[in-house]
Amino acid sequence: MSVIEVKNLHKRYGDRWAVQGITLAVERGEIFGLIGPNGAGKTTLVECIAGLRRPDSGQALVLGLDPQKERQALRSRLGIQLQDSQLPDQIKVWEALDLYSSFYEEPADWEELIVALGLAEKRNDVFARLSGGQKQRLSVALAMVGNPDILILDELTTGLDPEARRNIWQLILDVRARGVTILLVTHFMEEAERLCDRLAVIDGGRIVALDTPAGIVARTGGEQRLRFRPSAPLDEELFANLPEVRRVTRNGDTVIVTGTGNLVQVVASTLAQRQIIAHELRIEQAALDDAFIALTGEKV
Amino acid sequence: MNRLAKITWLETKLFFREPAAWVIALVLPTFVLVVLGSLPALRTPQEIFGGQRFVDIFLPSLMVITLATLGVNSLPMRLVSQREKGVLRRLATTPVHPALLLAAQIIINLALAVGAVLLLIGVGNVLFDVPLPQNGAGFVASFLLGLSSVLTTGLLIAAVARTTRSGAALAMPLYFVVMFLGGAYLPRVFLPDFLITLGKYAPPGVQPLLDSWTGAAPDPVQLAVLALISVAAAIGAVRSFRWE
Repeated sequence: MSVIEVKNLHKRYGDRWAVQGITLAVERGEIFGLIGPNGAGKTTLVECIAGLRRPDSGQALVLGLDPQKERQALRSRLGIQLQDSQLPDQIKVWEALDLYSSFYEEPADWEELIVALGLAEKRNDVFARLSGGQKQRLSVALAMVGNPDILILDELTTGLDPEARRNIWQLILDVRARGVTILLVTHFMEEAERLCDRLAVIDGGRIVALDTPAGIVARTGGEQRLRFRPSAPLDEELFANLPEVRRVTRNGDTVIVTGTGNLVQVVASTLAQRQIIAHELRIEQAALDDAFIALTGEKV
Repeated sequence: MNRLAKITWLETKLFFREPAAWVIALVLPTFVLVVLGSLPALRTPQEIFGGQRFVDIFLPSLMVITLATLGVNSLPMRLVSQREKGVLRRLATTPVHPALLLAAQIIINLALAVGAVLLLIGVGNVLFDVPLPQNGAGFVASFLLGLSSVLTTGLLIAAVARTTRSGAALAMPLYFVVMFLGGAYLPRVFLPDFLITLGKYAPPGVQPLLDSWTGAAPDPVQLAVLALISVAAAIGAVRSFRWE
């Protein structure tokens, strides 16, 4: 049985359909990503899954429970980090965590969570004095304090500096290693590639692709690009007959070879036969960015 | 520690971290009493006050400051602000129902009202020989009905106001009217007759408080009006309270 099952879910606001017939299943212990442009319906979808919104039609089942009807049973097993939810201005960081941990039968050690999320220095500060990133991290801590089986995270690392971002990524991987299933809404391609086992690309309230990150990339061509400065002048015709090569361009001294498959080996052996060395060789993989643009026609 | 107790304790700490509300509700009435009571003219019986001293008849109006500030101002504005910020919503994702937060707020306001009133009575008695409320039972009944009428009104405002701005638009005028009719801005003896009469039936019931203080029985009709307002406002609040 999947941990989260969504079948043909629909939700609208007025006459605008935010979610139009989404079906997906999340397995135990996986990190499942939802990626898509603003307004695609990702947040609405997770709110329906968490029981915060009532779908207009279709069904969501979490741990076999109906999030609307069996809300109470689900609350202690699901933690959700709400993107734009605030706390009272004057509440201190430790007070919020202490309070929320008291709501659960078997809470996590919130002192450890404070440290794990890099909030130790801010322990006694009131909410109003926290930066945006710190508020975000407190929000994540509150979602985790109940030791949930399922964690829903919405825009986890927005507004964080690269080091803080990496620390949180490691934390998420550690949490998953403990057997927690994670549903991750993100804007951030690198995050999706790094963390997610599977990814659903959502646009206009529908799923346009559902696969592993690598699978999604491969689906849209999966191009590679080689850049190098050849040690001797080279004729572009050299590569013309190779099936892996799609095109060759020049940028001053730099040669750019674009293609698929075993591009690197093929180009390297071709150069070797001519005894040409490739200086400053760089290999670029088509990123999820490119796949995303191809699938939805927009930048995230 | 019991969940309600924990939330109540935390909300109390938060309440006292922001000066305005508790200073006005708890300290201001007693402060005004001390300032006015220090004027000899107000400690001398006067014709206009029905042969009584000003300080003897003004305490119920000072109580109105506490009750109106807590019930019609502080309580609804706090709740609306917390809803607007998403605090209630976040609570809804935990095993605890946001109603517990409401219960905590009611308990705190109740305790503060009682504390403020005890302080007022105590200071008035010790400093200015203002007699203690003579009709004890009547006074307690009037106080509780008066308090419930403003608290439930505050809950109703909190139930329907979407934002702090619309909450203020509802609460502030009502607050002003209740304070005015209760004689908190201008002693009621100086008001025109029809406003004095209106003030007899308005929450938080300054007239029953005054009557029971001087030993008379509070008018049952006035008490019934307070009870009716409490019940109607409570039903309205429960039916229409929005948690998001």
